[in-house]
Formats: sequence, C-alpha cells, structure tokens
Amino acid sequence: MDEVVEILPDLLEQTGIMLQIVGLGMLFGGAGGLVVGTALYVTRRGGILAQPVVWWLLNTLVNVFRPIPFIIFIAALQPLARVVVGKGIGTDAAIFAIALAATFGIARIVEQNLVALDPGVIEAARAMGAGPWRIIRTVVLPEALGPLILGFTFAVIAVVDMSAVAGLVGGEGLGNWAITYGYRQYNPVVTWSALAVIVVIVQLIQVLGNTLARKVLRR
Amino acid sequence: MPHISLVDVTKTFPARRRGERPVTAVDGVTLDVERGQVYGIIGYSGAGKSTLVRLVNGLEPVTSGSVLVDGVDITTLRPRELRRVRQGIGMVFQRFNLLRSRTVARNVAYPLEVARVPRAQRQAKVAELLEFVGLTEHADAYPEQLSGGQQQRVGIARALAADPSILLADEATSALDPETTEEVLSLLGRVNSELGVTIVVITHEMEVVTRIAHRVAVMEAGRVVEEGPTYDVFTAPRTETAKRFVRTVVRALPEGEELAALRARHEGRLLTISFTDEAASQARVFGALARAGVDFHLVHGGVDDIQGRVYGLLTIAVDGDDAAIRDALAQVGPGVTVTEATAEPAEPAGPAEGGERDG
Ligand SMILES: Nc1ncnc2c1ncn2[C@@H]1O[C@H](COP(=O)(O)OP(=O)(O)OP(=O)(O)O)[C@@H](O)[C@H]1O
Ligand SMILES: [Mg+2]
Repeated sequence: MDEVVEILPDLLEQTGIMLQIVGLGMLFGGAGGLVVGTALYVTRRGGILAQPVVWWLLNTLVNVFRPIPFIIFIAALQPLARVVVGKGIGTDAAIFAIALAATFGIARIVEQNLVALDPGVIEAARAMGAGPWRIIRTVVLPEALGPLILGFTFAVIAVVDMSAVAGLVGGEGLGNWAITYGYRQYNPVVTWSALAVIVVIVQLIQVLGNTLARKVLRR
Repeated sequence: MPHISLVDVTKTFPARRRGERPVTAVDGVTLDVERGQVYGIIGYSGAGKSTLVRLVNGLEPVTSGSVLVDGVDITTLRPRELRRVRQGIGMVFQRFNLLRSRTVARNVAYPLEVARVPRAQRQAKVAELLEFVGLTEHADAYPEQLSGGQQQRVGIARALAADPSILLADEATSALDPETTEEVLSLLGRVNSELGVTIVVITHEMEVVTRIAHRVAVMEAGRVVEEGPTYDVFTAPRTETAKRFVRTVVRALPEGEELAALRARHEGRLLTISFTDEAASQARVFGALARAGVDFHLVHGGVDDIQGRVYGLLTIAVDGDDAAIRDALAQVGPGVTVTEATAEPAEPAGPAEGGERDG
C-alpha cells in the first residue's frame, strides 16, 4: 500500500499526460478522419461530389499508411514531426504521429459508416433542391451520427493503445511510465497501477460512447 | 403549354463492368402532362419508370432529348438553377425516405430550410401541412414511431412544403397494405383537386391508375407503348402489356381452363359483352335478347368504376337460334361490343360490333 502512495504523484502526472496525448490526438485525428472519411464517401463514383481522381488519391493514401504498424510509423514520422511541431522527439512529436495515424484509421471508420447510409434519404434531399454541402451537413452526418459515435469510441481506445508507444520518441504518458519504471526496473506495482488506470479510463470511454450513441439512436 | 413535356427522351446507363452492355432505361419517350392533371405511368419492374420520373426533376441527366418543365428545358440548366427548379417539384418515394435524425415536423420543414424560409413562416407552414395530412399530434414523433401509411403522409407533407406545382410519386403506395393504399391515394387525390398540383404517379398496380390518374402511359422496355385517357386505355387496351394490366383489375374474358370449365357447364354459345357508360347498355343487351326470345344467363364477369365512369365485361351463355341472336344484337347499337368467347383470340360475333371501340 505504501508503495502505491509513493508512486501516486507520478501516476497522476502520467495519467494527465496520457489524457492530453489521447485528447489532442483524437481532436486532430478525429477532425482529420472525419474530413478524409467524408471526402472519400462524397467523391466516390455516384457520390454527391463525385471526383474520381480525388477519390483515388485519398483512397491510395489511406491504403498505404493505415496498415503500417504504429511503432514503425511513429519512428518514421520523426523528420516530419520536426518540421511541423518543431521537435522530432517528445510528447508533441508523439501527439503529431498519433493524430496522423488516427486520421487514416478514423477516415476508414467514417467512410464505412457513411457508405451504410440509405441512399434514399440522399436522393430525397437532392430532390428537394439541397446542394451537396447542405446534404453533407444536414443529412449525411446527422443520419450517421449514432454509428459515428460508436466508431469514434472505438477509435479513442485505439488511440489510448497508440499513446503507450509515445516513449519511443521520448514522449511521456502512462504507457511509457509503465515500461520505463515498471517493466525495466522490475517494479510490478507501477506496471499494475498504470494498467488499472488505463482499464478504468477505457471502460469510462466505452460507457460514455455507448450511452451517447443509444441516445442518438433512440434505442 | 403542357406543364411537363418530354421530347424524344433517352437515358442510357453506361455498362457497369467491362463485358456488360449499356442499359437503355428510357428509349425515345415523348409525352405531355397538362397542368392540373394526374398522370399515371404504369409498367412492369425494369420498364424504366423510375428512371423516367427521375429525369423530370433532373436527378438523373438525360442522354438525349429534352425535358420541359413550364416550358423551360431543364436539361440545359446549371446545377444551381436546376436545384431551384427542384424546389418547385415535390417527390414522394416508395420507401418514404424520411430523415431518421429529424422529427416529423423537422422533416416537413426541410424543404423550407433549403428555400431559406424564415423560421416563423416555416413553423406556420409545417403546422398547416401537418393539419392537411392529419398528423398534427405526431409533429414531435420520429419516423420509426409511425406506421407506414403515416410515414407516407409525412412524405407527402414534406413534398408539398415548398408549394410545388408538380408532385412526382414513385410507387408511393407499393409498400402499403390495401387499406393504407386507399388512404394515401385519396390524399393524393385531394392534393390534386384542392391544391391544383399536377401529379405524376409511377406504379405497377392498375388499381392506382384507375383510381386517380386522368391519363396513363404504359411503359415497356424503356418505351411508352400505349398512352391516352385512363378510361380509353382501360376499356380498349391495344397492346398485350396494357391488356395484362387491365386484366389485373377487371375479370377479363374467360380463357384457357376457365373457359373450358364454363363450356362444360353451359349449353349454347358463350358471348362476352363489353360496355361503356356511353349507353345504359347492359340493360339494352339483355332486353334485346329477351325480346327475341333467346334464353341466356350470366356466367362470368363484372362491372367496374374507372374515374367515376362505368365499364363492364360480362360473359353470358346464350341458347337459341343463331339468326335470332344476330338480329337481337344488331339492335343494341354503339357503346357495346359483343365477342364470341372462344379459345382463340376473340372474334366479333355480330353486327353489334362497333361504337366506342372503333371510334
Ligand atoms: N443507376 C443505374 N445504373 C445502371 N442501370 C440502371 C440504373 N438505374 C436503373 N438502371 C436500369 O435501368 C432499367 C430501368 O430501371 P428502373 O428503375 O427505371 O425501372 P422501373 O420501371 O422503375 O422498375 P421497378 O418497378 O422495379 O422500380 C433497369 O434495367 C435497371 O437495371
Ligand atoms: Mg422503380
């Protein structure tokens, strides 16, 4: 018990850093994924803004980058991180890599949920004289909101997973802490308390996502 | 000037995959829909009805030909102008296509938002339309909380929100049971008669056409094979397709096994009398036969109401002298057609042939 009390300040600090990494990673990655995923959906053949060339470029980009294991991705992205966030190492560099990886992952999740939309409602909106941007704003996204919330919930948990690798580029957070002070220094209390906190956070996110989605879907 | 005019319109979809052929869904269609008319388009699945109606509001661009709405060729409009035209054309769908993320009231408000109508006016208009379709108390319900018929009424209210002068209904009743179909059809009838909206109804059900359409076009393989006032097409179908549709509503001439069974049961000749409302003809035929001392009785058929006009197709078994029968039928006059019921395509049985059908 004493040991836990002893590590508590670190645990709290590292939890805060992890939440920051996940929060910012999701903020940028979520926005990026929403934009890219929606773009994939509307530019595909037969879409409301059909643009075969744009679609092909986006699709190829996502296909190439999404399957890269994150631990390699974050390392390979260091030079680009240096350009964008000013430093190739540290928490910010990790957030940058996570945001980018999340963009590709979330783009597919968004696209899949939008493709499942009933084309009839899009047709109805077109028949009423709505333009493509209005349709995206008032039909496509609101109609897919429930599944999108569930998709984003799934993505947050994937981002929590990614955040554990931040240490590779000198980023902090619970994952890095558990490996550096728990695993490498044979301190199971550190490892287990990090694990417990992560499990609780993931559960909370899942419950929140499910509740929101149920509310939106009215079931 | 016709309200909607299609001039030699063709729509060909490119082959979806290599090796497949392009599909010509609409093939050289020319037709006019007058202002205030209910125009029916009937045809079997794949005939090109939905494609045709989607050309009218430009949801699908034509391959060739022109589509005139209020005299304006919409095939030459730019996207922005086309969207304006669409605001003046309501559309109702087989599967309603309501927005599940919106309440009934907000679904109906959607076209008003598109037309940038201010909020207060929007609310007033929505209330008025919900009243018109009888759904005022369901304003705050979500679509899935309503029955199919109620959802379609929301669809109709929504289609009417922007005060369109044209309503396109693509199989608007096909997903509904007979009773609800009746309810929706009578609502469409009111939209036409009370609001003066020109309606194009697409259907594969002849009842829908006879119930509300003033004029009808029969489609087959992308072409209009028969067209005219509903009553005329119904009482005197020329094409096999039109005849088959008519048969779904009227008990048609007995054929095949049914005819054989009738023959086995009745002596003498079997004559089919078709009559229109031009004359009180059924009584005249029966009267003439009775006066000639010919013995007869009714074995098959019925009388229908098309747009408030009468149409009957009755088969009688007659027993008597051929000359007497011929003389009796000769007296009947126009509006009545008598055909001998044979296994072959029916042949005229007497001089009474004529009137409506030839004219
Ligand atoms: N977007 C499309 N791309 C390719 N072919 C199409 C497309 N839309 C329709 N078709 C084809 O055009 C033909 C006519 O289809 P359409 O939907 O107009 O028929 P329909 O008369 O409305 O039939 P139904 O009663 O089944 O609704 C069909 O062969 C169909 O496969
Ligand atoms: Mg159809």
